[in-house]
Amino acid sequence: MSGRGKSLAWRLVLLGALTVIIQIAAVSQLTIFGARADLTPLVVAAVALLCGSVAAAGFGFGIGLFSNLALVQTVGLSSLLLLGIGYAIGRFRELRDPQGALVPVIAGVAATAADRIGFSVMEFLLGTPVPLGWTLVLEILGTVAVNAVLALPVYALVRALVLPVLPEDPRRRRRRAYTTGGLSPLSRS
Amino acid sequence: MYDRTVRRRRITLGLLVAAALLLLTVYFGEGAGGGLHSVQRGALEVLAPVQEGASRVLKPARDLVGWAGDTISAKGRLEDLETSNAALRRQALAGSEARRQNAQYEKLLALDRRLGLAAAAPVAARVIAQSPTAWFSTITIDQGSSRGIAVGAPVVTGDGLVGQVTTVTGGASVVTLITDSAIAVPARVSATGAPGVVQPGAGGPGDLRLKYVARRFRVGPDAAVVTSGTISQAERLQSRYPPGIPIGYVTRVEDPGTDNQKIFVRPYADLQRLETVQVLTRPINGNRGS
Repeated sequence: MSGRGKSLAWRLVLLGALTVIIQIAAVSQLTIFGARADLTPLVVAAVALLCGSVAAAGFGFGIGLFSNLALVQTVGLSSLLLLGIGYAIGRFRELRDPQGALVPVIAGVAATAADRIGFSVMEFLLGTPVPLGWTLVLEILGTVAVNAVLALPVYALVRALVLPVLPEDPRRRRRRAYTTGGLSPLSRS
Repeated sequence: MYDRTVRRRRITLGLLVAAALLLLTVYFGEGAGGGLHSVQRGALEVLAPVQEGASRVLKPARDLVGWAGDTISAKGRLEDLETSNAALRRQALAGSEARRQNAQYEKLLALDRRLGLAAAAPVAARVIAQSPTAWFSTITIDQGSSRGIAVGAPVVTGDGLVGQVTTVTGGASVVTLITDSAIAVPARVSATGAPGVVQPGAGGPGDLRLKYVARRFRVGPDAAVVTSGTISQAERLQSRYPPGIPIGYVTRVEDPGTDNQKIFVRPYADLQRLETVQVLTRPINGNRGS
């Protein structure tokens, strides 16, 4: 692993630990219009958009495991969900390379919805009594709504943390590739 | 190169999924004293102080967000309380309105009992419109011919005579008040029995005059003036008003004891603030006194 890779890994570990601690110590205790924010899927989605599928899958696994351990939840459940979410968003970024300003919001909303619904379904399948019904639906919708508001600031913070150690900014790389003709479709002919 | 990258990615993903599934399986398979549960307890013990420290450090931030949330919530509560307050105020107003109307109905009932007007088939009605002119000479009530009201029917309140019906539709009637120049009411002074006719005065909307009182009758201030009912035996000279309905009281008399004595009368009923009235739909004994 290169120096940048190691630095990125450490930063991601630090980011994951901080996210879980802040989530448990502060964010989980706050309700906004009766809904609680969940930073974990937002951070995973941001990492996936910035670092790609493999890094996001590993990050999702780690942060899920840490979260399950800290919250005394079913170990492995959040890991499975968040690694899937991180991998899917990371692959989406790698294949489509979306450029809209609202991409972090859409990715955050999708990640949150998938996480909350997936967690509820998995807990239900594992036999944990889940309050099925409107209460659950409203809670999921509330969390998704609050996370949609927080998605952009969280993405900006994660970007500020990991961007300096990323191999290259994908946007800069693409612009340079096209302007120099290195990866231009015209240069292949 | 590409194949190696893809293979590495897939292997990593497969390993992570397998690890997660393994953790899940082991966690569910072992008892509470199992390895993963012990690790979890250990992690909790290690993390508890960290969480406590973080909780303290983050308390100001939490309080700040909580304050914002509480402010929004307090604003919501304020709106709820204002709504509730408005509802209670409406109820209180409705209650006081009902009490006031009840007092009016009680007065009407007392008048009915005192004068035996129950036989006149009284119809209670609410005033739904009042003439916007300064003279307030007509009102509109919410009962009409469907309730047996006909043109000429006398209209009273608990305080006394108000006027008579001059226009009738199925569900509403127009009442011309006794202060209108088109109205003349056969009347008498209650104490002396001096007969006369009550007509509006020229001074103002609240002024009435008791006219055509013979000079042999001496009328003093505060004397009550009531309707005289039918005096003539002739059928065609029948009065529209039953006898004994209070009209007003004498305020002053000019040139007393002369043929031109001017008797000023103030109506008992507050004609400018009428809300509930009663229409007497049937004459009793040709409106003759017993």
